[in-house]
Amino acid sequence: METRTLVWISVLLGVIVRWGVSLNSYSGAGKPPMFGDYEAQRHWQEVTYNLPVQEWYFNTTENELSYWGLDYPPLTAFHSLLCAHVAKLINPEWVELQGSRGYESPAHKLFMRATVLAADLLVYIPAVLLYCIYLTNGSTNKKVSTLLCILLYPGLILIDYGHFQYNGVSLGLALWGVVGLGLGWDTLGSLAFSLALNYKQMELYHALPFFCYLLGKCAKQGLAGSGLFSLVKIAGTVLVTFALCWLPFLSDAQQALQVLRRIFPVARGLFEDKVANAWCSLNVLVKIRSILSSDSQVYLSLAVTLLALAPSSLRLLRTPTFWQFKLALVNSSLAFFLFSYQVHEKSILLPALPVCLLLNDLPLMAIWFLQVSTFSMLPLLLKDGLLAPYVATSLAFLFLSTHLLSALERCTEDQLRLHAYRRLTAWLPARLPRLDLARIVRWKFYVSVVLMVGLSVASVTLLPPAGLPDLFPVLVSAFSFLHFLGTFVYFNIVQLSAPQGKQKTK
Amino acid sequence: MAAPVESGGWFPALAIGVSLLKCLFMNAYRSTDFEVHRNWLAVTHSLPVSRWYHENTSEWTLDYPPLFAWFEYGLSQAARHFDRDMLVVGNLNYASPATVLFQRLSVIFADLVFIYAVKECCSTVREEKGAKELLRRPSFILAVLLLWNFGLLIVDHIHFQYNGFLFGFLLLSVARHLQSRHLEGALFFSIVLNLKHINLYVAPAYGIYLLRCYCFTQDNTDGSLRWRSFSPFRLLALGAIVISITALSFGPFIAMGQLPQVLSRLFPFKRGLCHAYWAPNIWALYNILDKALSLLGVRLELLDVDSLPKASMTGGLVQEFQHAVLPSVSPSAALLCTLLSILPAVLRVWLRPCGARGFLRCVVLCALGSFMFSWHVHEKAILMAVLPLSILAVESREDAGIFLVLATTGHYSLFPLLFTPAEFPIKVLLMLLFTLYSFTALRKLFSGERSLLHPLEALYLLGLVAVEILCEVVFPLSPWQRTLPFIPLLLTSVYCALGVSYSFVRLYISLLTQEATEKPKRL
Repeated sequence: METRTLVWISVLLGVIVRWGVSLNSYSGAGKPPMFGDYEAQRHWQEVTYNLPVQEWYFNTTENELSYWGLDYPPLTAFHSLLCAHVAKLINPEWVELQGSRGYESPAHKLFMRATVLAADLLVYIPAVLLYCIYLTNGSTNKKVSTLLCILLYPGLILIDYGHFQYNGVSLGLALWGVVGLGLGWDTLGSLAFSLALNYKQMELYHALPFFCYLLGKCAKQGLAGSGLFSLVKIAGTVLVTFALCWLPFLSDAQQALQVLRRIFPVARGLFEDKVANAWCSLNVLVKIRSILSSDSQVYLSLAVTLLALAPSSLRLLRTPTFWQFKLALVNSSLAFFLFSYQVHEKSILLPALPVCLLLNDLPLMAIWFLQVSTFSMLPLLLKDGLLAPYVATSLAFLFLSTHLLSALERCTEDQLRLHAYRRLTAWLPARLPRLDLARIVRWKFYVSVVLMVGLSVASVTLLPPAGLPDLFPVLVSAFSFLHFLGTFVYFNIVQLSAPQGKQKTK
Repeated sequence: MAAPVESGGWFPALAIGVSLLKCLFMNAYRSTDFEVHRNWLAVTHSLPVSRWYHENTSEWTLDYPPLFAWFEYGLSQAARHFDRDMLVVGNLNYASPATVLFQRLSVIFADLVFIYAVKECCSTVREEKGAKELLRRPSFILAVLLLWNFGLLIVDHIHFQYNGFLFGFLLLSVARHLQSRHLEGALFFSIVLNLKHINLYVAPAYGIYLLRCYCFTQDNTDGSLRWRSFSPFRLLALGAIVISITALSFGPFIAMGQLPQVLSRLFPFKRGLCHAYWAPNIWALYNILDKALSLLGVRLELLDVDSLPKASMTGGLVQEFQHAVLPSVSPSAALLCTLLSILPAVLRVWLRPCGARGFLRCVVLCALGSFMFSWHVHEKAILMAVLPLSILAVESREDAGIFLVLATTGHYSLFPLLFTPAEFPIKVLLMLLFTLYSFTALRKLFSGERSLLHPLEALYLLGLVAVEILCEVVFPLSPWQRTLPFIPLLLTSVYCALGVSYSFVRLYISLLTQEATEKPKRL
């Protein structure tokens, strides 16, 4: 078959699965008074359409910030405005100020779902296509397999098309940035990534690798000569992009500060709900939030995050190759997810994106991580009534990706890039046992999959004991945390032990 | 789908993949057939057998043969553990989440029969020696064409029916005949016949073929029948199988003296020539010709407007369509046409069987002939021809061309089944997926020769895109939406009828010309 047909078939499958998931329920469906993220997005359309820009981020009588006030950067607001204009054309009731609060109808659901699909078709899917065709190694069949697997990654589909959000836009823009950098169009890449940052502040998780990679590359070219020129060009692009996005809010310092305050709500606490990061897991043992003041919580999390970021960022700064860049993206976003302040369970999608990009290089570890990342959102998905799509898409992804990428066959020690351990044993022959790491990893994968299935079944069917109503969510998050921590260590080892310079970077 | 799959294991991958896809459609639109089957679950579960074919609380009375009722009875035993309330006869239109889950899952699991049948069919495909790339292997292509069949996906898993399960038995019987395991083939065919009586249409092909090629054990050297070789023992064995299955199914009802009641439910001749939405067959063309003639007659003042039957078509959804100019068609006339249409195919099997593949061609022709000419045909019945034809399509390039025309028009004619806006993207994308795959895969399979489709055929198929845009985009915006609401259905059915009729003729020609060129094939 021609590659073109295979690519089309993969894209069609990806879209069909997306639309199939979107036929299901969304967050907060029929749950007044607050509803859920679906209502939040609809509310933003209402606010941006009816109020002048200056009032978007301010609490006024017509814009109660306590009811889903805007807390994303300006680009999200502009996107909402665009959707609102379309909504107004179809049915003005959907965006009527105040009157539309909690509006729900099948037609409106269809409209909202369609906006997500439209954004995906315009931003995310083309970026994935470009990445798979131009930036992965191997035969065309291999590329198409990777494409299909990335498009079928269940976490993103379930959150965007089930729960309801527009992660495809921010992740897609970030991916455009990666593609830009990978193809050597650094200016274009930084433009795309600046847009991503202006769409969702969480894209900061990816910011450091972008910065280090570009800086390292410019430094390589010589900061006195052509490197300086590229650096200025990139910095200029970023500044101009930011300025354009923030234009309406720059007239008044008060405006800009208010937007920043909304975007970075320091007062909201170290973590919320059950999230599979270090703080929440530590909380099971030590109640940090009651020991430390809220200020020291911020500083503590900042310090630990920076510490966790340091090795991979410094390495990338020294050897700015594309391979290092991809690994650094994983390590940086995982470090943020694990240790930073105010992390949501959905933020795991940020590390998931760069891990998707490694599906072709490190299939087993990538699939494993992606599977766990979907599983870590199980309590949320159950709350939204997305059990059936969760089961179907997770099983499909697990099955298809291991099959198509031959993940279980392609996992010798070399292919897992764990030669660091062998080098270590060569130095210290007496102390360390000679372990068959590949086999251990494989077995851990099997056990972990079985445990995930078991915990999923238990969460759905069993009632938690009376004294521990949160037993299953806590178990899910602790289980996922251990995996994320393990993945973080693993990808750091891979990044730091990668041979200098000559890395197949294409 | 790709290189590493070479090692095998591709069949489970395809089957599991499509099964999980089906799971995603659980909360999609479902037609009244969902309630039909819920009602049957309730009827078979909570009433004694003697009441099954008398019960009429719901308008959706049991109108499948008894074996299917037994199947529903079996399902209801599992349904108890999901939600007991769905098994109450009076609970009309009951659809709790547990009920939906159970019914959807029952279709998906019943499809295991279909998956097994497909596996068997794929094993019978003739393949050239030497490992070709997986994506170009006929058995792989056939598996995709059957497992991922667009029609089955939307009719069973969105619209809601158990066709996959039923076609599973039909394909299994075909596969057994291809494997020369005739007794098993006969067994599976009796089962499917007792599950859904629409399979009576292909029964002539089975009857004649088994008689000719199984009961007569030898041919003369010129391929004609050797009367002496008749084996009464084989005929008895066949008879025993068919009669015992039928006895299992109908026996209790015959014993209770309810046979006439059961048959009256199975064959309701009170319905009209065409379904509310005309299936794309010869009668759709006949109707439209009648309409055109009457309009022409009125325009030329040859006909008096008042003498025409009132509201012959204005509603678009009337069951009875009265012809104004052409003679009206009676059920017996339709039956006669059907019999005449399949007669040459059946005769040909008798005179020159051409092995199991000749038989398969005859099955396709019987299914298609009955689709074209019989009384009150449902559009879904086209699958009965499309699915078996898939097997022929991966073996010969001519059949592949016919398959592409028939499958594309037949599948497109199923579009009106899903009319809700939320399912619109699903049907379009699934159709694109299947059509794109079948075109490229079959073209690659028979590459190196001339194109599979005549330019005119390709043009006709492209016309479907125009029809779709006209029906679903342009028409709703036009003023005719109010005055002539039936136009899109009419256009769809007439346009598709052309393609289906064309494929029917092409298939017949291929059957008749084959006589001269093709020798009986040896496996």
